Amino acid sequence: MLEWFSGNPKSMSLSPIAQVTGRGVVVAGDDIDTDRIIPARYMRCITFDGLGEYLFRDVRQTPEGKNTNHPIDDPKYKGATILISGMNFGCGSSREHAPQAIARAGFKAVIAGGFAEIFFGNSTTLGLPCATATRKDLNALMSLIQKDPTTIVKIDVEKLQVTAGPLSFAVTLKASAQQGLLSGRYDAIADLLANLPKVKELAGRIPSATAS
Amino acid sequence: MGKTLFQKVWDRHAVGILPDGSTQLFVGTHLIHEVTSPQAFGMLRDLGLKVAFPSRTFATVDHIVPTDQRTEPFRDSLADAMIKELRKNCSEFGVTFFDIPSGKQGIVHIVGPEQGITQPGTTIACGDSHTSTHGAFGAVAFGIGTSQVRDVLATQTMALSPLKVRKIEVRGKLGPGVYAKDIILHIIRTLGVNGGTGYAYEYCGSTIEGLSLEERMTICNMSIEGGARAGYVNPDEKTFEYLKGRPYSPKGKEWDVAVAEWKKVVSDADAVYDDVKIFEASEIRPTVTWGINPGQGIFIDEAIPSPEQLPEADRASAKEALEFMKFKAGEKLAGQKIQVAFFGSCTNARISDFLEASKFLKGRKVAPGIRAIAVPGSQGVSKICAEMGIDKIFREAGFDWREAGCSMCLGMNPDQLVGDEICASSSNRNFKGRQGSPTGRTLLMSPVMVVAAAVTGQVSDARMVFGKS
Repeated sequence: MLEWFSGNPKSMSLSPIAQVTGRGVVVAGDDIDTDRIIPARYMRCITFDGLGEYLFRDVRQTPEGKNTNHPIDDPKYKGATILISGMNFGCGSSREHAPQAIARAGFKAVIAGGFAEIFFGNSTTLGLPCATATRKDLNALMSLIQKDPTTIVKIDVEKLQVTAGPLSFAVTLKASAQQGLLSGRYDAIADLLANLPKVKELAGRIPSATAS
Repeated sequence: MGKTLFQKVWDRHAVGILPDGSTQLFVGTHLIHEVTSPQAFGMLRDLGLKVAFPSRTFATVDHIVPTDQRTEPFRDSLADAMIKELRKNCSEFGVTFFDIPSGKQGIVHIVGPEQGITQPGTTIACGDSHTSTHGAFGAVAFGIGTSQVRDVLATQTMALSPLKVRKIEVRGKLGPGVYAKDIILHIIRTLGVNGGTGYAYEYCGSTIEGLSLEERMTICNMSIEGGARAGYVNPDEKTFEYLKGRPYSPKGKEWDVAVAEWKKVVSDADAVYDDVKIFEASEIRPTVTWGINPGQGIFIDEAIPSPEQLPEADRASAKEALEFMKFKAGEKLAGQKIQVAFFGSCTNARISDFLEASKFLKGRKVAPGIRAIAVPGSQGVSKICAEMGIDKIFREAGFDWREAGCSMCLGMNPDQLVGDEICASSSNRNFKGRQGSPTGRTLLMSPVMVVAAAVTGQVSDARMVFGKS
């Protein structure tokens, strides 16, 4: 047993995520940033518990606390588990609070026209697949869901295919994320820990900043 | 075939390839703060793990810390709980904490360089997207999420896929009144807010070489606003000069060894880049944002574009921005009344920012009715400003001179916009609600432009206000 590792590797095992099926909700717009997903004021916390409540907070309520009829609160989308949005979703801050809020609000996957990199990595680690669709396919999916919110959307992580009603189109997902989701290794901690002897050896060759 | 700095540093820090195909990358230096670390320590406890290399992690408190009250307990009980949690975690796991009484507290991206912790050729990670700032020293620096903060604490490594490298050459002489902030706002406006996705940006060329380390930090800081996860400048004599003698810099013989190593990580002359973009410094003018992302900027003498003028992909966002900002296409930003002036943030709250702005502010007054606040990036910056009398210039002009922290850049502490106030800001993000009010409006600009706006009460061309044209 490594001196700094007394954890239980079993507690780190995860189930593979090969597909996500559920109803969708459309949160339209490009460049939806992480401040929009969860404003910084709601990150004054030391756990991620309860963050789902603050998802898109500032656009769901007026400053006076009135409901704005945001799609997230629209009864016709109630129970949706797949978030559908535009280009460059999750840009801005590296706050994991953003995908945490999405996951804790009950979402299992995001389909968008593209994702900011840090957000994408943070989401994948939580087992929240982020599938990228072309603008054309995305528009068709958005129209379909807005017209019939009961449509079941299926994301096949292995075939990288989305089906919804009459629609069927290809999506992209970074290879390492796809591999991680399919093998249940999307949270890297167990794999990283397994190499600690090698890490220790390498550390000896990498200078560290030391006060003198 | 030559290699870029990014490739050299990556190869040197790669532990191996993980089963999912990503690289396990060693993190030379890990920086943490109170907002994105408490959950990571919580996860360590849940998994029964310890911090693997505690001497490689450094902590400070910046996001939630009040800038007007430094005695505890803070009025905001949540903020108070967060600083105490960090103190507890650092003490329990053996992490160095630049706490408020240390005199070294400040914004994490200002403290690292100031202490000499940020060094060339190393990998740096921090749970904050502006970690790219440290690239100014020739480090490869990544903003990471909290689960990755856990990974780095537990293993000093993280899983990451290599980035492509885009060379961004800026050449020639900047005009008077044009600053590093204008360069990066112009680059982001040109390449787009997601133009850098998948890339690290290597900033080079005669203009970048001519910049001080502090100016280079301003540029690298905003790489992430262009979608690039990392940005860097090859280290040179200026880099070494900046680092020499700092508390955590190598000393004596070790210094010479370190400099020799640092010189080796510079991108080779025959390095191959995935993309190259060239900018002419003479074409860049003072830049101000008019919209709700940092790419929606214009030169001060330009008019706000109409969505129809823009590429189709940018139109919807431009329409949304005009509506939110209550601006009309065709209007100029110059002359637009402001209510707040914010001088601070990890982009522009270093000594050189305050020094340069103070030259123009001296003897002038903030316009009546304008709320102007100046927030030094660190206690170190604050101390030097006091020694040089810079704080006095700001105070006499009518700025509220505060203690170090992130402050109104993201409005996590009491420094927030109210209602739909317009703020001339030296920070990095103009997202809806960013500065603490859901309807608050942010105009990003250089620190000297913030001062010009503060004294005139409206967005102004600093070159005209201060006679520099």
